[in-house]
Amino acid sequence: MRWLLLKDLQILRRSPFLVALLVLYPIVIALLIGFAVSRGPEKPRVAILNQVPESAQTLSLAGENVDIDKYTQQLYKAIEPVPVQSRKEALDKVKNGDALAALIVPPDLTQKLQTGLEPGQVEVFYNAEDPVKAQFVRDTIKSQVQDANTALTKKFTQIALSYLKLISTGGRISLLGQTFDVLGLQNAERIVTEAQRELPKDSAARAQLDQVTRFARLARENLNLSNGVLASVGTPIRVNSHVIKGGSTPLSSFAVAIALTFSLMFVTVLLAAGVLALEREENAFLRLVRGLVSRTGLLIEKVSLSAICALGVSLVMLGALGLFVDLAWHRFPLWLAAIVLGALGFAAMGVAIGGITREVRAASLLAVMISLPIAFLALVPSGAVSAGLYDVIRVISAIFPFKPTLEALDAALNKSGSIGGPLLHLAILTVAFTAIARLALRRFAS
Amino acid sequence: MQQPGAAPPSAADSRESAVIEATGLVKRFGEREALRGVSLSAERGELVAIIGPNGAGKTTLLSILARIQKPNEGGVRWPRGDVGWVPQQAAVYNKLTVSENLRLFARLEKVADVEATVERMLAQTGLDDRRDDPVSELSGGNRQRVNIAIGLLSEPEVLLLDEPSAALDPRQRERLWEFILDLAARGTTVVYSTHNVQEADRHANRLVVLADGELLFTGSPRELEGAVGSTGLDFEQAFVAFLRQHGH
Repeated sequence: MRWLLLKDLQILRRSPFLVALLVLYPIVIALLIGFAVSRGPEKPRVAILNQVPESAQTLSLAGENVDIDKYTQQLYKAIEPVPVQSRKEALDKVKNGDALAALIVPPDLTQKLQTGLEPGQVEVFYNAEDPVKAQFVRDTIKSQVQDANTALTKKFTQIALSYLKLISTGGRISLLGQTFDVLGLQNAERIVTEAQRELPKDSAARAQLDQVTRFARLARENLNLSNGVLASVGTPIRVNSHVIKGGSTPLSSFAVAIALTFSLMFVTVLLAAGVLALEREENAFLRLVRGLVSRTGLLIEKVSLSAICALGVSLVMLGALGLFVDLAWHRFPLWLAAIVLGALGFAAMGVAIGGITREVRAASLLAVMISLPIAFLALVPSGAVSAGLYDVIRVISAIFPFKPTLEALDAALNKSGSIGGPLLHLAILTVAFTAIARLALRRFAS
Repeated sequence: MQQPGAAPPSAADSRESAVIEATGLVKRFGEREALRGVSLSAERGELVAIIGPNGAGKTTLLSILARIQKPNEGGVRWPRGDVGWVPQQAAVYNKLTVSENLRLFARLEKVADVEATVERMLAQTGLDDRRDDPVSELSGGNRQRVNIAIGLLSEPEVLLLDEPSAALDPRQRERLWEFILDLAARGTTVVYSTHNVQEADRHANRLVVLADGELLFTGSPRELEGAVGSTGLDFEQAFVAFLRQHGH
């Protein structure tokens, strides 16, 4: 068998175009994904017409200054702002594609916020030619406006709380250029209590003042509760996230597992299907199985060859991805186990395809036609389709090696769960697909 | 070696001295019977040509003799030594050189001295000067020589050739037959199938005529001509007349 293995490696070495494709393809995929995950999304160009006068950029709320520019700068971090001078220019930029959207801030925004009588309004115009980018711009602006709203609500809440504190404990307040002394409920209670002491014990006013004192205390105590109530108004719903199923894999690390699984699949399935079909195309199959090598031995050789090549390519690819993404190199033995079992599963699937099709071209075509749909199906998340359809997808995904390989690699690379189950699944699939290939070899030479 | 065209020994003598012998072979593919009770034997150094129209069962018979297929009925007595098999299409790796192909199959055949065997086959096939050329760069004739050389690596007692000269031009065919006749002269029994009746006439001691899986005739080319009875016919005409007489 080793001579056949060496022969296949020799043939591969003399097929530079094929080898280049097999090696470069996954590396290019790795670099593209690495590049994509290491950079944020491209900032969309947004035309900005800020009509708020320079002098009104600062909002004064109860003596406190709120700098609107601070929130503008936050928005500018998420987009590429294109300053414009007029509404028409802003709309033209969107129409002719210079900008994906236009944000128009009216001159009276801070004034409206200052009075608090009506909400400030901004206008946003989108270019929806690219729905993905348009959605991104929409979400970005919405998110930034939401942040500003939250910040302003917080500021309003703080101001309201300071007023309530003033009512409760008393103090000084500056309003419209004048300073006022506010007595406060606490001081009022104290004054009333002192006045009560000076009254005769049988005075009827004592009972009335008692009522005033109780009211002042009750009001003060309840105002103290307002802190929590107003804080809740500022952020009525807080989100606490809990993971029920799956790990806490960062997107970039999951992308590595997906990229690796895709490349492993293409390299191994195509190679295994091709090298087996090649034995028939070169007419060597019958000569080999006349007693030189058993049919099962031939399959094991092809599976081993493809798995060895795929392992090499995968390690190169991981090295390339490691330039962009932090990888847990101390978990290398687990990666190795996942790659080897995944490669064996894909290789067994490949020889089954090669055995069924019996021609290199047909084998390659069928390999691609089967691989792509099963990869996409395996990536369909639960909840994205109806429960019944998802069950069908789960069954289909379970009979091909993509999903268990992805799970094994994710577990190995990202500690996202147990690796034992996926590895056992892959071992079973390897045996099953090899058995299918062995059956297909019965009519391989006919 | 027996001279091609010479009369074969009697049936009893033949059975005793046969290197390979098949008896009552039946092979079915579903409902279709590809072979119907075919018997055949060949002696050491004998050249046996299997001829017949398309679909006669020639390749099926050879593949049973080569142990590639099993008969549904009947049996084969194989020689103690190896049986070499050369398929119609060259079963060689085009990306490998001539010597690499020979070396690979010599290793798979587990021959004792791989390098010496490769050298011997290169010399025997006259491909020594093309040893480092990829097979894909060889002519059809040379490729077929490599194909045959691989079949001879284990120094078989019997060499089975499935239409060895198909797709070769006359000059390549002539060189190929020189090579095969030389093998037979060294004692190798050669059983081959061919569509080329003239080739069978020239290069066979014994003819085996098959039609629709049935054995119609076994004997020398001259005996076949005699069986037809007409005079003035060349061998090909005699063969066609023979098939007509038997309803084919």
